[in-house]
Amino acid sequence: MRTIRIGSGAGYSGDRIEPAVELAEKGGIQYLVFECLGERTVALAQRARLKNPDDGFDPLLEARMRAVLPACAANGIKIVTNMGAANPWAAARKTAQIAASLGLSRLKIAAIVGDDVLEACKQHDLPLIEIDGTLKTLGNRIVSANAYLGAEPMAAALKAGADIVITGRASDPALFLAPMIDAFNWAMDDWNLLGRGTVAGHLLECAGQVTGGYFADPGFKDVAGLARLGFPIGEVSEDGGLVITKVEGSGGEVSARTCKEQLLYEVHDPARYMQPDVVADFSQVSIEQIGPDRVRVSGGRGTQRPDTLKISVGYVDGYIGEGQMSYAGPGAEARARLALEIVRERLKLTKVEANEWRFDLIGIDALHGERRSQGSAPYEVRVRVAGRTDTLAEAVRIGDEVETLYTNGPAGGGGAFKSARDIVAVASVLLPRDLVAPQVRFVEA
Amino acid sequence: MAKLRDIAHSRTGDKGNISNISVIAFDARHYPLLCEQVTPARVKAHFDGIVSGEVVRYELPNIAALNFVLDQALGGGVTRSLALDAHGKSLSSALLDLEIELPPDHDRGAA
Repeated sequence: MRTIRIGSGAGYSGDRIEPAVELAEKGGIQYLVFECLGERTVALAQRARLKNPDDGFDPLLEARMRAVLPACAANGIKIVTNMGAANPWAAARKTAQIAASLGLSRLKIAAIVGDDVLEACKQHDLPLIEIDGTLKTLGNRIVSANAYLGAEPMAAALKAGADIVITGRASDPALFLAPMIDAFNWAMDDWNLLGRGTVAGHLLECAGQVTGGYFADPGFKDVAGLARLGFPIGEVSEDGGLVITKVEGSGGEVSARTCKEQLLYEVHDPARYMQPDVVADFSQVSIEQIGPDRVRVSGGRGTQRPDTLKISVGYVDGYIGEGQMSYAGPGAEARARLALEIVRERLKLTKVEANEWRFDLIGIDALHGERRSQGSAPYEVRVRVAGRTDTLAEAVRIGDEVETLYTNGPAGGGGAFKSARDIVAVASVLLPRDLVAPQVRFVEA
Repeated sequence: MAKLRDIAHSRTGDKGNISNISVIAFDARHYPLLCEQVTPARVKAHFDGIVSGEVVRYELPNIAALNFVLDQALGGGVTRSLALDAHGKSLSSALLDLEIELPPDHDRGAA
């Protein structure tokens, strides 16, 4: 039976670069996928595009492409990525320039466009999912709306001979499903095959999270070589069979337990993992170690795809101002508590306006509240104050106030930090799929 | 009294204002014990003050795992939360602190 090997070269936009080079050089792969587009990244990229029509794609696109293109071209490896962010067409043209500058010619580069559905979202008031409200409640604060596209346009681009496929918003598993559809000609209504392919894509999409990253817990789950963690390879067969592995000699581990953790990562009902191409069913999946750093995954299934596509809506959500200060040694906690009291009173006295506040003692209660962290006094404590404001000027005042603890607060406060940033938050809605029309455009290097 | 960490491992994921936390037995023999003792009600109580919504549990006997879905758990949503750990990545470690009663003849079975 035919098998392909797909490498996962990045699990988020800022991910390490060398593991992908290792995959391209030594992984024996035919496809290399980079998942680089977080929930709100596309909204930030949309703003960059409004400032400059040639921008709006992933800021690390050039660094990644320069690093992997020579080995990919030499080994005939096709690249699929969502580094197009808010401007896949500009990203494709940029990639063509990079290829040319590396002396690589005749590379066919495809851009998938059409995930931008801002206009359609302005015409329909749809309920938000995962948080309360509707599109209307976000009003004119909406900056972007992008549909999670399925694998079809990417697979079509690969079938048309693309060496590199650059999309914007697409479902993360679909980036991996596209090579399988390209290689095996899977029918787009063979729900069980698409379900199995989605299991593979889901396990691979966060790169190092299935090879020992986001996993180690010394004494309980020890993992060697995290500083040179190998990224995963999925060996997928024509019937959707899957083995997860990695380059021999790279750091990390591929084991039943790393695969189990990743199988459930960001999953709600495992029997209904909603995707643009299929509703995947992970509930009957079995996971079996079959060799060192080799794990077989079977039992994925699927049912008919939904009639709607999930839309990621970016909206301006005010500002967050923040300030921090550290205290150490005997009495650190008491001085940190005193510092928070002082800042609370100062914020009232000086009338800093915020809609929501956080007063944290890092080392005591910042992550899970006071109740979960009762115990011995910590050696050092860091005060953190954060507030949500309507203006940047107001946000700035919060960090400024914390900073004044230097000369006005308890003894021995050090290491002040302050920040004020505008927030582009993300909400989701479901849009009928016939309102979304993706297209493939080619550029040749 | 043992901790959940002695017999299970865990990972947190985030979507909007919803957190999901897996609890996976190191040894499949402990799966029934997980089902019995790591109930949605106990998880909800464990995260009192952090999770204000419903806690739903899904069972995956094939991989000896439970998946908990915690609504209204991430300070209004991961992209806008004021929290230090806006994703709630560290919630899995908090859950592993849950107390577990092991049978007297118990072999911990952790790797």
